[in-house]
Amino acid sequence: MLRLVVRRLLQLIPTLLGLSVLLFIWLNRLPGGPASAILGERATEADVARINRALGLDQPIYVQYGRFLKRLLDLDLGTSVQTGQPVWDEFVLRFPATVELSVAAMLIATAVGIPLGYIAARKRGGWIDVASVSGSLVGICIPVFFLAQLLKAAFGDIFGTFGRQSTGIDATSVTGFAVLDGVLTGEFDAAWDALMHLVLPGIALATIPLAVIVRMTRASVLEVLGEDYVRTAESKGLERKVVRGRHVLRNALLPVVTAIGLLTGSLLSGAVLTESVFTFGGIGSFIRTAIDARDYPVLVGFIMFIAMIYVLINMLVDLAYSVIDPRVRVH
Amino acid sequence: MSLTTTASKIDRLAQLTARTETASGASLWREAMRRMRASKMAIIGAVIIAGFVLLAVIGPWIAPYSPTDQTWRGEVFSNRGEFVGARAENWFGLDHLGRDLFSRMLVGARQTLLVGVVSMLIGLLIGAFVGIVSGAAVTLGGKTGRRIDDAIMRVTDILLALPSLLLAVSVAAVMGQSLTTVMIAVGVVQIPVFARLLRGSMLAQGGSDYVLAARSLGIRKRRIVLTQILPNSLSPVIVQATLSLATAIIEAAALSYLGLGNPDPAVPEWGVMLSAAQRFFDNEPMMSMYPAVGIVITALGFTLLGEAMREALDPKLRG
Repeated sequence: MLRLVVRRLLQLIPTLLGLSVLLFIWLNRLPGGPASAILGERATEADVARINRALGLDQPIYVQYGRFLKRLLDLDLGTSVQTGQPVWDEFVLRFPATVELSVAAMLIATAVGIPLGYIAARKRGGWIDVASVSGSLVGICIPVFFLAQLLKAAFGDIFGTFGRQSTGIDATSVTGFAVLDGVLTGEFDAAWDALMHLVLPGIALATIPLAVIVRMTRASVLEVLGEDYVRTAESKGLERKVVRGRHVLRNALLPVVTAIGLLTGSLLSGAVLTESVFTFGGIGSFIRTAIDARDYPVLVGFIMFIAMIYVLINMLVDLAYSVIDPRVRVH
Repeated sequence: MSLTTTASKIDRLAQLTARTETASGASLWREAMRRMRASKMAIIGAVIIAGFVLLAVIGPWIAPYSPTDQTWRGEVFSNRGEFVGARAENWFGLDHLGRDLFSRMLVGARQTLLVGVVSMLIGLLIGAFVGIVSGAAVTLGGKTGRRIDDAIMRVTDILLALPSLLLAVSVAAVMGQSLTTVMIAVGVVQIPVFARLLRGSMLAQGGSDYVLAARSLGIRKRRIVLTQILPNSLSPVIVQATLSLATAIIEAAALSYLGLGNPDPAVPEWGVMLSAAQRFFDNEPMMSMYPAVGIVITALGFTLLGEAMREALDPKLRG
């Protein structure tokens, strides 16, 4: 197992290096080049020249890349054009909110998706099956920002329209996670308030993973139901409950668990649309405003950080999978 | 490989759908067609797509007004929240600039289809080319071939590691705002998917009996790859192409919502219309509703057809 972990970690290196090359190229291709990426669009020519010299843009390209890599390792990606704060600080400040939202969305998607997919498979062709399959097809076809807008208009009065920035009641910050902070400090009204503000964006963000989970669970359960070992278990007289729990569900959920992990990774990044509709105050909303403000340091930095986290999560999911399913470890 | 799970999912899909001959010996596509005709999903999907394409062709001719006609400008005050809803002369009402929404929907169908098709083609053509190179390199090239394939697959892994919307945003940020940008940004995201899919499918085909038969007949490897393996590997790619038409239309809408869409207001497109209407959602939700319903139904059509095709081609479900 340890060897597997080490090997996976080593395999991360080329991927991350590749990502950094991609971002380096991107940074150099941005309108105005890296100088205006750092200074913003209103940079004077003298400033640009100064920055170009400071950045060593007169140096050969591999030296430039080396410098870029070093800055990346130092988590030094310049300052935000919008706030004047270092990009890394901005990221750390906003990341907890996005994590909270993603977890909320994933909880909703899992809690609804797995039972629904299971029932749909057991009662194949029944109304629940038809409804959940067609529902999940429609779910992936609705533009997320529009769905978020619909939810906001329909239920905004009940749950509050805006993200946690404007909740009014805020818990003392301990961890940066609003709900957790409220519970930890005993300010339960603040925790409750933060929780309520997670409901609508959580649902909006949950639609696509929900659709995926329902369909995967359904397909997976159907496949397992046809397996010989299920028939064997049934014919040797095991109780239905036991067969369903131990033989069907446990095996059917393996691929679903993987999917949940991967979907969480993509949610952390995919919250841009949902967050901007609810002005949620996580990394998503900030990316949205960074696009408008042409805040390139933030865009480059955030995309790099997100991609790194995404790659890491994928690796963890892979490892987790080999823990759950011994068959994978052999290969 | 840290990304094996996403990547291997694509590979597995490729394997599953890329079988050619059935037990009865009937051609894969003929049998798939038979199963598609019996599938409600396929029929609904096909009808929706046919309707949409028809609309895209004749829409601009049957539109009662020009999509840029601002005759009713004096009746709409978007800043005061005064809008004009459906009425006898404007069936869908007016947009925030006093233009006839019904006409804009009709004219916009063509542009929407164009964005979807061109983006999909960008992903498909480049991705398929990369996939063919990779797949052929493995089949033909021995050690060097495997190395080429390895390098290509590493690059696709990296592209798959970037969340698709952010990848599209990055591309759009470099290229500046235009219709071409939107299509390229949405298309680029699909390149690694198509590449992996076709490569996986070709590798799966490489071990099949007909390849062995062709080999033993003394046909050269290169010929086998191009005339036998490649055509037989295309079905998962066709499924994916259909599905990605839906995602392309939705992603294009998302890009314009993020302010990176086609800036030309004279050419209506449903995604652009939808994102423009969001600002006025609280006062005039119907202005969002028409393009939204248009997008959802269209995307649903492509998704239904794609899923039906996938099912029809799945050997596990084949009777």
